[in-house]
Amino acid sequence: MVRDLSVELCGITLDNPVIPASGTFGFGEEMSKVYDLDILGSISIKGTTREPRFGNPTPRIAECSSGMINAVGLQNPGVDAVIEHELPELRKVFHKPIIANISGFSIEEYSECCAKIDKAEQVEIIEVNVSCPNVHNGGMAFGTQPESAAAVTRAVKAVTTKPVFIKLSPNVTDIVSIARACEEAGADGLTLVNTMLGMRIDIMRRRPVIANKMGGFSGRAIFPVALRMVYQVAQACRIPIIGCGGVATAEDVVEMMMAGASAVQVGAENLRNPFACAEIIEQLPKVMERLGIERLRDITGIIK
Amino acid sequence: MKRVILEVASNRPLTPLVYEMQLTGDTSAVTRPGGFVEISLDGLFLRRPISVCDFDDGRLTLVYKIVGKGTEQMAGLQVGTKIDVLTGLGNGFDTTLCHSHALLVGGGVGVPPLYRLTRNLIAEGKQVSVVLGFNTQAEIFYADEFRKVGAEVIVATADGSQGIKGFVTDAIRQTGIDFDYFYACGPLPMLKALSEATDKPGELSLEERMGCGFGICMGCSIQTASGAKRVCKEGPVFKKEDIIW
Repeated sequence: MVRDLSVELCGITLDNPVIPASGTFGFGEEMSKVYDLDILGSISIKGTTREPRFGNPTPRIAECSSGMINAVGLQNPGVDAVIEHELPELRKVFHKPIIANISGFSIEEYSECCAKIDKAEQVEIIEVNVSCPNVHNGGMAFGTQPESAAAVTRAVKAVTTKPVFIKLSPNVTDIVSIARACEEAGADGLTLVNTMLGMRIDIMRRRPVIANKMGGFSGRAIFPVALRMVYQVAQACRIPIIGCGGVATAEDVVEMMMAGASAVQVGAENLRNPFACAEIIEQLPKVMERLGIERLRDITGIIK
Repeated sequence: MKRVILEVASNRPLTPLVYEMQLTGDTSAVTRPGGFVEISLDGLFLRRPISVCDFDDGRLTLVYKIVGKGTEQMAGLQVGTKIDVLTGLGNGFDTTLCHSHALLVGGGVGVPPLYRLTRNLIAEGKQVSVVLGFNTQAEIFYADEFRKVGAEVIVATADGSQGIKGFVTDAIRQTGIDFDYFYACGPLPMLKALSEATDKPGELSLEERMGCGFGICMGCSIQTASGAKRVCKEGPVFKKEDIIW
Protein backbone atom coordinates (compact mmCIF):
# COMPACT_ATOMS: atom_id res chain seq x y z
CA MET A 1 0.00 0.00 0.00
CA VAL A 2 1.18 3.51 -0.81
CA ARG A 3 1.29 5.54 2.39
CA ASP A 4 0.18 9.17 2.07
CA LEU A 5 2.70 11.37 3.87
CA SER A 6 1.32 14.67 2.66
CA VAL A 7 0.06 17.26 5.11
CA GLU A 8 -1.60 20.61 4.78
CA LEU A 9 -0.79 23.96 6.38
CA CYS A 10 -3.30 26.74 5.68
CA GLY A 11 -4.16 25.37 2.25
CA ILE A 12 -0.51 24.72 1.32
CA THR A 13 0.17 21.04 0.71
CA LEU A 14 3.53 19.67 1.82
CA ASP A 15 4.72 16.31 0.46
CA ASN A 16 5.56 15.28 4.00
CA PRO A 17 5.51 16.94 7.44
CA VAL A 18 9.30 17.14 7.90
CA ILE A 19 10.76 20.66 7.97
CA PRO A 20 14.28 21.59 9.15
CA ALA A 21 13.85 24.18 11.92
CA SER A 22 15.12 27.71 11.53
CA GLY A 23 18.75 28.13 12.56
CA THR A 24 19.66 24.48 12.11
CA PHE A 25 19.88 24.41 8.32
CA GLY A 26 21.33 27.79 7.33
CA PHE A 27 19.82 28.88 4.02
CA GLY A 28 20.16 25.37 2.61
CA GLU A 29 23.38 25.91 0.66
CA GLU A 30 25.61 23.60 2.71
CA MET A 31 22.91 20.95 3.15
CA SER A 32 22.20 20.83 -0.60
CA LYS A 33 25.57 19.06 -0.93
CA VAL A 34 24.55 16.48 1.69
CA TYR A 35 21.26 15.27 0.14
CA ASP A 36 18.59 16.31 -2.34
CA LEU A 37 16.65 18.98 -0.46
CA ASP A 38 13.52 18.36 -2.53
CA ILE A 39 12.76 15.31 -0.37
CA LEU A 40 11.84 17.73 2.47
CA GLY A 41 8.33 18.98 3.18
CA SER A 42 9.59 22.54 3.44
CA ILE A 43 12.52 24.49 4.92
CA SER A 44 12.35 27.15 7.60
CA ILE A 45 15.23 29.46 6.72
CA LYS A 46 17.71 30.98 9.17
CA GLY A 47 16.07 33.72 11.25
CA THR A 48 16.21 36.99 9.39
CA THR A 49 16.21 40.52 10.79
CA ARG A 50 15.84 43.92 9.18
CA GLU A 51 19.53 44.74 9.70
CA PRO A 52 22.52 42.39 9.30
CA ARG A 53 23.61 40.90 12.63
CA PHE A 54 26.82 39.21 13.72
CA GLY A 55 25.23 37.85 16.87
CA ASN A 56 26.85 37.08 20.19
CA PRO A 57 30.49 36.55 21.12
CA THR A 58 31.82 32.96 21.25
CA PRO A 59 31.63 30.46 22.87
CA ARG A 60 28.05 30.20 21.64
CA ILE A 61 27.62 26.45 22.07
CA ALA A 62 27.51 24.12 25.09
CA GLU A 63 26.99 20.36 25.26
CA CYS A 64 24.26 19.01 27.58
CA SER A 65 22.84 15.58 28.35
CA SER A 66 20.75 14.69 25.28
CA GLY A 67 20.88 18.23 24.01
CA MET A 68 22.79 21.43 23.56
CA ILE A 69 22.67 25.12 24.36
CA ASN A 70 23.17 27.77 21.70
CA ALA A 71 23.53 31.50 22.02
CA VAL A 72 24.18 32.37 18.39
CA GLY A 73 22.12 35.54 18.67
CA LEU A 74 20.37 35.66 15.30
CA GLN A 75 23.44 35.98 13.12
CA ASN A 76 22.17 36.72 9.62
CA PRO A 77 23.04 38.96 6.66
CA GLY A 78 19.87 41.07 6.98
CA VAL A 79 16.60 40.81 5.05
CA ASP A 80 17.81 42.68 1.94
CA ALA A 81 20.79 40.35 1.48
CA VAL A 82 18.58 37.33 2.17
CA ILE A 83 16.19 38.40 -0.60
CA GLU A 84 18.95 39.34 -3.05
CA HIS A 85 21.35 36.49 -2.44
CA GLU A 86 20.24 33.66 -0.15
CA LEU A 87 16.75 33.06 -1.53
CA PRO A 88 17.80 32.94 -5.22
CA GLU A 89 20.59 30.52 -4.24
CA LEU A 90 18.12 28.38 -2.29
CA ARG A 91 15.80 28.44 -5.31
CA LYS A 92 18.42 26.59 -7.31
CA VAL A 93 18.49 23.64 -4.91
CA PHE A 94 15.00 23.62 -3.39
CA HIS A 95 11.88 23.84 -5.51
CA LYS A 96 9.13 23.82 -2.89
CA PRO A 97 7.43 26.41 -0.69
CA ILE A 98 9.69 27.79 2.01
CA ILE A 99 9.00 29.22 5.44
CA ALA A 100 10.67 32.57 6.07
CA ASN A 101 11.57 32.96 9.75
CA ILE A 102 11.79 36.59 10.86
CA SER A 103 12.79 38.29 14.09
CA GLY A 104 12.87 41.81 15.39
CA PHE A 105 13.65 44.04 18.31
CA SER A 106 10.67 46.34 17.86
CA ILE A 107 7.19 46.04 16.37
CA GLU A 108 8.31 48.25 13.45
CA GLU A 109 11.26 45.99 12.73
CA TYR A 110 9.03 42.91 12.57
CA SER A 111 6.60 44.59 10.22
CA GLU A 112 9.30 46.06 7.94
CA CYS A 113 11.12 42.74 7.75
CA CYS A 114 7.86 40.92 7.04
CA ALA A 115 6.78 43.42 4.37
CA LYS A 116 10.06 42.92 2.54
CA ILE A 117 10.25 39.13 2.67
CA ASP A 118 6.54 38.89 1.79
CA LYS A 119 7.51 39.94 -1.76
CA ALA A 120 9.73 36.90 -2.26
CA GLU A 121 7.78 34.51 -4.47
CA GLN A 122 9.11 31.27 -2.98
CA VAL A 123 8.13 32.32 0.55
CA GLU A 124 4.72 30.81 1.23
CA ILE A 125 4.61 30.96 5.00
CA ILE A 126 6.02 33.59 7.32
CA GLU A 127 7.18 32.33 10.69
CA VAL A 128 7.55 35.02 13.31
CA ASN A 129 10.02 34.39 16.10
CA VAL A 130 8.75 36.17 19.21
CA SER A 131 11.37 35.08 21.72
CA CYS A 132 13.83 37.94 21.20
CA PRO A 133 14.43 40.74 23.72
CA ASN A 134 11.76 43.40 23.50
CA VAL A 135 13.38 46.79 23.73
CA HIS A 136 9.94 48.41 23.91
CA ASN A 137 8.69 46.42 26.84
CA GLY A 138 11.20 46.60 29.66
CA GLY A 139 13.42 43.84 28.21
CA MET A 140 10.75 41.16 28.29
CA ALA A 141 10.52 38.90 25.28
CA PHE A 142 7.61 39.53 22.92
CA GLY A 143 6.56 35.93 23.20
CA THR A 144 6.24 35.81 26.97
CA GLN A 145 3.23 38.14 27.25
CA PRO A 146 -0.11 37.60 25.47
CA GLU A 147 -0.44 41.34 24.74
CA SER A 148 2.96 41.78 23.07
CA ALA A 149 2.68 38.49 21.15
CA ALA A 150 -0.69 39.68 19.85
CA ALA A 151 0.73 43.09 18.94
CA VAL A 152 3.46 41.53 16.82
CA THR A 153 0.90 39.22 15.20
CA ARG A 154 -1.33 42.16 14.22
CA ALA A 155 1.64 44.15 12.89
CA VAL A 156 2.87 41.39 10.58
CA LYS A 157 -0.64 40.38 9.51
CA ALA A 158 -1.17 43.98 8.36
CA VAL A 159 1.69 43.77 5.86
CA THR A 160 1.28 40.30 4.35
CA THR A 161 -1.45 38.16 2.87
CA LYS A 162 0.61 34.99 3.29
CA PRO A 163 -0.07 32.66 6.22
CA VAL A 164 1.64 33.84 9.40
CA PHE A 165 2.86 31.32 11.97
CA ILE A 166 3.95 32.70 15.31
CA LYS A 167 6.84 30.74 16.83
CA LEU A 168 6.34 30.78 20.57
CA SER A 169 8.76 30.58 23.45
CA PRO A 170 8.38 27.72 25.94
CA ASN A 171 9.81 29.91 28.70
CA VAL A 172 6.36 30.90 29.96
CA THR A 173 3.96 29.91 32.71
CA ASP A 174 0.93 29.52 30.47
CA ILE A 175 1.60 28.84 26.79
CA VAL A 176 -2.13 28.46 26.09
CA SER A 177 -2.95 32.08 26.94
CA ILE A 178 -0.22 33.34 24.60
CA ALA A 179 -1.27 30.95 21.83
CA ARG A 180 -4.90 32.09 22.18
CA ALA A 181 -3.85 35.74 22.06
CA CYS A 182 -2.00 35.12 18.79
CA GLU A 183 -4.95 33.25 17.32
CA GLU A 184 -7.33 36.05 18.28
CA ALA A 185 -4.91 38.60 16.76
CA GLY A 186 -5.14 36.80 13.42
CA ALA A 187 -2.29 34.28 13.42
CA ASP A 188 -2.83 31.58 10.80
CA GLY A 189 -0.79 29.03 12.71
CA LEU A 190 1.71 28.46 15.51
CA THR A 191 5.16 26.90 15.70
CA LEU A 192 5.67 25.29 19.10
CA VAL A 193 8.28 25.63 20.55
CA ASN A 194 11.51 27.60 20.45
CA THR A 195 14.47 26.70 22.71
CA MET A 196 14.31 26.61 26.50
CA LEU A 197 16.47 29.04 28.42
CA GLY A 198 19.38 27.09 29.86
CA MET A 199 22.88 27.43 31.25
CA ARG A 200 26.09 25.45 31.83
CA ILE A 201 29.08 26.28 34.00
CA ASP A 202 32.68 25.23 33.34
CA ILE A 203 33.48 24.05 36.86
CA MET A 204 37.24 24.00 36.22
CA ARG A 205 37.38 27.60 35.03
CA ARG A 206 34.50 28.69 37.31
CA ARG A 207 32.66 30.57 34.59
CA PRO A 208 29.67 30.00 32.30
CA VAL A 209 30.47 27.88 29.22
CA ILE A 210 28.55 30.31 27.00
CA ALA A 211 29.99 33.83 26.62
CA ASN A 212 26.45 35.22 26.89
CA LYS A 213 26.06 33.15 30.11
CA MET A 214 22.67 31.70 29.10
CA GLY A 215 21.30 30.31 25.88
CA GLY A 216 18.60 28.21 24.26
CA PHE A 217 18.47 24.53 25.24
CA SER A 218 17.38 22.20 22.46
CA GLY A 219 17.72 18.59 21.39
CA ARG A 220 16.12 15.29 22.35
CA ALA A 221 15.91 16.22 26.03
CA ILE A 222 13.22 18.85 25.42
CA PHE A 223 10.89 16.60 23.39
CA PRO A 224 8.44 15.76 26.23
CA VAL A 225 8.07 19.42 27.17
CA ALA A 226 7.54 20.51 23.56
CA LEU A 227 5.06 17.69 23.03
CA ARG A 228 3.12 18.69 26.14
CA MET A 229 2.88 22.29 24.92
CA VAL A 230 1.74 21.19 21.45
CA TYR A 231 -0.95 19.08 23.10
CA GLN A 232 -2.13 21.83 25.45
CA VAL A 233 -2.36 24.40 22.66
CA ALA A 234 -4.05 21.94 20.28
CA GLN A 235 -6.77 21.47 22.89
CA ALA A 236 -7.38 25.23 23.07
CA CYS A 237 -6.79 26.60 19.55
CA ARG A 238 -8.19 25.83 16.09
CA ILE A 239 -5.25 27.06 13.97
CA PRO A 240 -2.63 24.55 12.72
CA ILE A 241 0.50 23.83 14.76
CA ILE A 242 4.01 23.00 13.60
CA GLY A 243 5.52 20.89 16.38
CA CYS A 244 9.16 21.57 17.18
CA GLY A 245 11.52 20.55 19.95
CA GLY A 246 13.69 17.46 20.25
CA VAL A 247 12.29 15.64 17.23
CA ALA A 248 14.85 13.05 16.14
CA THR A 249 13.00 10.03 14.72
CA ALA A 250 9.99 9.12 12.57
CA GLU A 251 8.28 7.92 15.75
CA ASP A 252 8.78 11.39 17.25
CA VAL A 253 7.06 12.88 14.20
CA VAL A 254 4.07 10.57 14.68
CA GLU A 255 3.95 11.40 18.39
CA MET A 256 4.05 15.17 17.75
CA MET A 257 1.27 14.84 15.19
CA MET A 258 -0.89 12.73 17.50
CA ALA A 259 -0.49 15.49 20.10
CA GLY A 260 -1.88 17.99 17.62
CA ALA A 261 0.83 19.05 15.16
CA SER A 262 0.01 19.29 11.44
CA ALA A 263 3.71 19.35 10.54
CA VAL A 264 6.95 18.95 12.43
CA GLN A 265 10.29 20.74 12.55
CA VAL A 266 13.60 19.02 13.19
CA GLY A 267 16.21 21.24 14.81
CA ALA A 268 19.28 20.33 16.87
CA GLU A 269 19.31 16.77 15.53
CA ASN A 270 20.50 18.17 12.16
CA LEU A 271 23.66 19.43 13.86
CA ARG A 272 24.71 16.01 15.16
CA ASN A 273 23.40 14.04 12.22
CA PRO A 274 23.32 15.97 8.93
CA PHE A 275 21.15 13.20 7.46
CA ALA A 276 18.53 13.41 10.24
CA CYS A 277 15.66 14.78 8.12
CA ALA A 278 16.41 12.44 5.21
CA GLU A 279 16.46 9.44 7.53
CA ILE A 280 13.19 10.44 9.22
CA ILE A 281 11.46 10.83 5.84
CA GLU A 282 12.77 7.44 4.74
CA GLN A 283 11.55 5.80 7.95
CA LEU A 284 8.10 7.43 8.06
CA PRO A 285 6.32 5.03 5.64
CA LYS A 286 7.71 2.03 7.55
CA VAL A 287 6.56 3.44 10.88
CA MET A 288 3.14 4.23 9.38
CA GLU A 289 2.84 0.69 8.09
CA ARG A 290 3.74 -0.73 11.49
CA LEU A 291 1.14 1.50 13.16
CA GLY A 292 -1.55 0.98 10.54
CA ILE A 293 -1.60 4.63 9.41
CA GLU A 294 -2.65 5.19 5.79
CA ARG A 295 -2.83 8.97 5.65
CA LEU A 296 -0.42 10.71 7.98
CA ARG A 297 -2.60 13.81 8.26
CA ASP A 298 -5.37 11.70 9.79
CA ILE A 299 -3.44 11.29 13.05
CA THR A 300 -3.12 15.03 13.77
CA GLY A 301 -4.70 15.68 17.16
CA ILE A 302 -6.11 12.20 17.74
CA ILE A 303 -5.14 12.47 21.39
CA LYS A 304 -7.98 14.31 23.06
CA MET B 1 31.80 16.25 3.74
CA LYS B 2 31.22 12.53 3.96
CA ARG B 3 29.83 10.42 6.79
CA VAL B 4 31.75 7.19 7.15
CA ILE B 5 32.19 4.37 9.61
CA LEU B 6 35.86 4.02 10.50
CA GLU B 7 37.57 1.33 12.53
CA VAL B 8 40.07 2.03 15.29
CA ALA B 9 43.34 0.41 14.18
CA SER B 10 45.44 1.76 17.05
CA ASN B 11 45.00 4.16 19.95
CA ARG B 12 48.02 4.88 22.13
CA PRO B 13 49.20 7.58 24.52
CA LEU B 14 52.08 9.80 23.33
CA THR B 15 52.14 11.69 26.64
CA PRO B 16 49.89 11.28 29.70
CA LEU B 17 47.18 13.41 28.07
CA VAL B 18 47.90 13.28 24.32
CA TYR B 19 46.85 10.22 22.29
CA GLU B 20 47.41 9.09 18.74
CA MET B 21 44.56 7.22 17.06
CA GLN B 22 44.77 5.49 13.70
CA LEU B 23 41.50 4.86 11.89
CA THR B 24 40.92 2.77 8.79
CA GLY B 25 38.13 2.94 6.23
CA ASP B 26 36.92 5.37 3.58
CA THR B 27 39.07 8.49 3.97
CA SER B 28 38.42 9.76 0.45
CA ALA B 29 36.91 13.07 1.62
CA VAL B 30 40.11 14.04 3.46
CA THR B 31 42.22 15.83 0.89
CA ARG B 32 44.05 18.79 2.45
CA PRO B 33 46.30 19.27 5.48
CA GLY B 34 44.69 21.37 8.20
CA GLY B 35 41.17 19.98 7.92
CA PHE B 36 39.25 18.19 10.63
CA VAL B 37 36.78 15.40 11.27
CA GLU B 38 33.84 15.13 13.65
CA ILE B 39 33.41 12.04 15.74
CA SER B 40 30.13 10.78 17.14
CA LEU B 41 30.56 9.33 20.64
CA ASP B 42 28.18 7.30 22.78
CA GLY B 43 26.06 9.37 25.16
CA LEU B 44 27.28 12.71 23.86
CA PHE B 45 24.92 14.93 21.91
CA LEU B 46 27.33 16.87 19.72
CA ARG B 47 30.13 15.37 17.68
CA ARG B 48 33.70 16.21 18.66
CA PRO B 49 35.83 18.09 16.13
CA ILE B 50 39.39 16.70 15.91
CA SER B 51 42.09 18.00 13.55
CA VAL B 52 43.58 15.60 11.04
CA CYS B 53 47.24 14.85 11.74
CA ASP B 54 47.86 12.67 8.71
CA PHE B 55 45.98 10.67 6.09
CA ASP B 56 46.69 8.18 3.37
CA ASP B 57 44.44 6.06 1.24
CA GLY B 58 42.24 4.27 3.74
CA ARG B 59 44.04 5.48 6.86
CA LEU B 60 43.53 8.51 9.08
CA THR B 61 45.75 9.61 11.97
CA LEU B 62 44.33 11.81 14.73
CA VAL B 63 46.39 13.18 17.59
CA TYR B 64 44.20 14.58 20.36
CA LYS B 65 44.47 15.77 23.92
CA ILE B 66 42.12 14.69 26.69
CA VAL B 67 40.33 17.91 27.62
CA GLY B 68 36.82 16.71 28.47
CA LYS B 69 34.29 13.91 28.33
CA GLY B 70 34.51 13.43 24.56
CA THR B 71 38.26 13.08 24.28
CA GLU B 72 38.31 11.04 27.49
CA GLN B 73 35.93 8.57 25.84
CA MET B 74 38.06 8.57 22.69
CA ALA B 75 41.11 7.59 24.71
CA GLY B 76 39.24 4.52 25.93
CA LEU B 77 38.22 3.27 22.47
CA GLN B 78 39.59 -0.22 21.83
CA VAL B 79 41.19 -1.43 18.62
CA GLY B 80 38.47 -2.77 16.34
CA THR B 81 35.80 -0.33 17.56
CA LYS B 82 33.78 1.18 14.72
CA ILE B 83 32.97 4.88 14.96
CA ASP B 84 30.73 7.27 13.01
CA VAL B 85 32.85 10.10 11.59
CA LEU B 86 32.11 13.12 9.40
CA THR B 87 35.19 13.55 7.22
CA GLY B 88 36.51 16.26 4.95
CA LEU B 89 35.56 19.26 7.10
CA GLY B 90 37.22 22.68 7.06
CA ASN B 91 39.29 24.49 4.46
CA GLY B 92 42.85 23.44 5.34
CA PHE B 93 46.25 25.03 4.68
CA ASP B 94 47.28 26.29 1.24
CA THR B 95 50.81 25.05 0.50
CA THR B 96 51.06 27.08 -2.72
CA LEU B 97 51.39 30.26 -0.67
CA CYS B 98 54.91 29.25 0.40
CA HIS B 99 57.59 29.71 -2.26
CA SER B 100 60.67 27.98 -0.90
CA HIS B 101 61.05 27.94 2.88
CA ALA B 102 58.13 27.48 5.28
CA LEU B 103 58.13 28.10 9.01
CA LEU B 104 55.62 25.92 10.81
CA VAL B 105 54.75 26.81 14.39
CA GLY B 106 52.74 24.55 16.65
CA GLY B 107 51.79 25.00 20.28
CA GLY B 108 50.76 21.98 22.35
CA VAL B 109 47.81 20.17 20.83
CA GLY B 110 48.03 22.61 17.88
CA VAL B 111 50.99 20.58 16.61
CA PRO B 112 49.17 17.64 14.89
CA PRO B 113 47.76 19.33 11.73
CA LEU B 114 51.27 20.62 10.93
CA TYR B 115 52.50 17.07 10.42
CA ARG B 116 50.66 16.39 7.17
CA LEU B 117 51.36 19.98 6.11
CA THR B 118 55.09 19.27 6.54
CA ARG B 119 54.85 16.14 4.41
CA ASN B 120 53.06 18.03 1.62
CA LEU B 121 55.46 20.98 1.64
CA ILE B 122 58.48 18.66 1.51
CA ALA B 123 56.88 16.66 -1.30
CA GLU B 124 56.59 19.96 -3.18
CA GLY B 125 60.34 20.49 -2.78
CA LYS B 126 60.11 23.18 -0.12
CA GLN B 127 62.32 23.58 2.92
CA VAL B 128 60.45 23.23 6.22
CA SER B 129 61.46 24.49 9.65
CA VAL B 130 59.15 23.45 12.48
CA VAL B 131 59.05 25.17 15.85
CA LEU B 132 57.15 23.18 18.45
CA GLY B 133 56.19 24.79 21.74
CA PHE B 134 55.27 22.86 24.89
CA ASN B 135 55.02 23.69 28.58
CA THR B 136 57.48 21.04 29.68
CA GLN B 137 59.54 18.07 28.44
CA ALA B 138 56.91 15.51 29.51
CA GLU B 139 54.39 17.10 27.13
CA ILE B 140 56.54 16.88 24.00
CA PHE B 141 55.28 14.65 21.20
CA TYR B 142 55.91 14.15 17.47
CA ALA B 143 59.29 16.00 17.34
CA ASP B 144 60.97 12.89 15.90
CA GLU B 145 58.13 12.26 13.46
CA PHE B 146 58.70 15.72 11.95
CA ARG B 147 62.46 15.04 11.70
CA LYS B 148 61.86 11.69 9.99
CA VAL B 149 59.96 13.33 7.13
CA GLY B 150 62.74 15.84 6.55
CA ALA B 151 61.90 18.94 8.58
CA GLU B 152 64.32 20.97 10.67
CA VAL B 153 62.80 20.77 14.18
CA ILE B 154 63.27 23.27 17.01
CA VAL B 155 61.62 22.55 20.34
CA ALA B 156 60.84 25.22 22.91
CA THR B 157 59.60 24.53 26.43
CA ALA B 158 58.22 27.18 28.73
CA ASP B 159 60.15 25.76 31.69
CA GLY B 160 63.33 25.08 29.75
CA SER B 161 63.29 21.35 30.51
CA GLN B 162 64.13 20.61 26.87
CA GLY B 163 65.22 22.68 23.88
CA ILE B 164 65.05 26.44 24.00
CA LYS B 165 63.63 27.90 27.21
CA GLY B 166 60.67 30.12 26.48
CA PHE B 167 57.89 30.48 23.96
CA VAL B 168 57.90 29.67 20.25
CA THR B 169 58.51 33.36 19.49
CA ASP B 170 61.70 33.22 21.61
CA ALA B 171 62.86 30.18 19.65
CA ILE B 172 62.18 31.86 16.30
CA ARG B 173 64.08 34.98 17.35
CA GLN B 174 67.04 33.06 18.70
CA THR B 175 67.44 30.75 15.73
CA GLY B 176 66.84 33.42 13.07
CA ILE B 177 65.10 31.08 10.62
CA ASP B 178 64.87 32.62 7.15
CA PHE B 179 61.41 31.79 5.81
CA ASP B 180 59.05 33.31 3.25
CA TYR B 181 55.73 32.03 4.65
CA PHE B 182 54.53 30.69 7.98
CA TYR B 183 51.78 28.30 9.07
CA ALA B 184 50.69 28.08 12.69
CA CYS B 185 48.27 26.28 14.98
CA GLY B 186 48.03 26.64 18.73
CA PRO B 187 46.59 28.72 21.54
CA LEU B 188 45.33 32.19 20.63
CA PRO B 189 47.97 34.09 22.67
CA MET B 190 50.70 32.17 20.80
CA LEU B 191 49.15 32.92 17.41
CA LYS B 192 48.84 36.59 18.29
CA ALA B 193 52.42 36.88 19.56
CA LEU B 194 53.69 35.12 16.45
CA SER B 195 51.72 37.36 14.09
CA GLU B 196 53.08 40.44 15.82
CA ALA B 197 56.65 39.10 15.86
CA THR B 198 56.97 38.71 12.09
CA ASP B 199 56.28 40.87 9.03
CA LYS B 200 56.06 37.77 6.85
CA PRO B 201 52.68 36.54 5.61
CA GLY B 202 51.14 33.39 7.01
CA GLU B 203 48.15 31.19 7.68
CA LEU B 204 46.82 30.43 11.14
CA SER B 205 44.48 27.68 12.23
CA LEU B 206 41.92 28.74 14.83
CA GLU B 207 39.90 26.76 17.32
CA GLU B 208 36.33 27.44 18.45
CA ARG B 209 33.57 25.57 20.23
CA MET B 210 31.41 24.17 17.43
CA GLY B 211 27.84 23.05 17.08
CA CYS B 212 27.56 21.25 13.76
CA GLY B 213 31.06 21.51 12.26
CA PHE B 214 29.76 21.86 8.70
CA GLY B 215 28.48 25.39 8.45
CA ILE B 216 24.79 25.36 9.27
CA CYS B 217 24.46 26.52 12.88
CA MET B 218 26.65 29.65 13.05
CA GLY B 219 27.90 28.47 16.45
CA CYS B 220 31.59 29.12 15.71
CA SER B 221 31.43 32.45 13.88
CA ILE B 222 34.20 35.01 14.27
CA GLN B 223 34.61 38.54 12.99
CA THR B 224 37.40 38.88 10.42
CA ALA B 225 38.77 41.73 8.34
CA SER B 226 36.65 40.39 5.47
CA GLY B 227 33.44 39.94 7.47
CA ALA B 228 31.87 37.24 9.63
CA LYS B 229 33.34 33.78 8.99
CA ARG B 230 32.56 30.33 10.32
CA VAL B 231 35.63 28.66 11.83
CA CYS B 232 34.25 25.27 10.73
CA LYS B 233 33.50 26.21 7.12
CA GLU B 234 35.55 29.19 5.89
CA GLY B 235 38.20 28.12 8.42
CA PRO B 236 39.72 26.77 10.55
CA VAL B 237 42.67 28.22 8.60
CA PHE B 238 42.68 31.99 8.10
CA LYS B 239 45.20 34.35 6.58
CA LYS B 240 47.10 36.48 9.05
CA GLU B 241 45.70 39.74 7.66
CA ASP B 242 42.10 38.47 8.06
CA ILE B 243 42.31 37.91 11.79
CA ILE B 244 41.10 40.63 14.14
CA TRP B 245 43.00 40.18 17.41
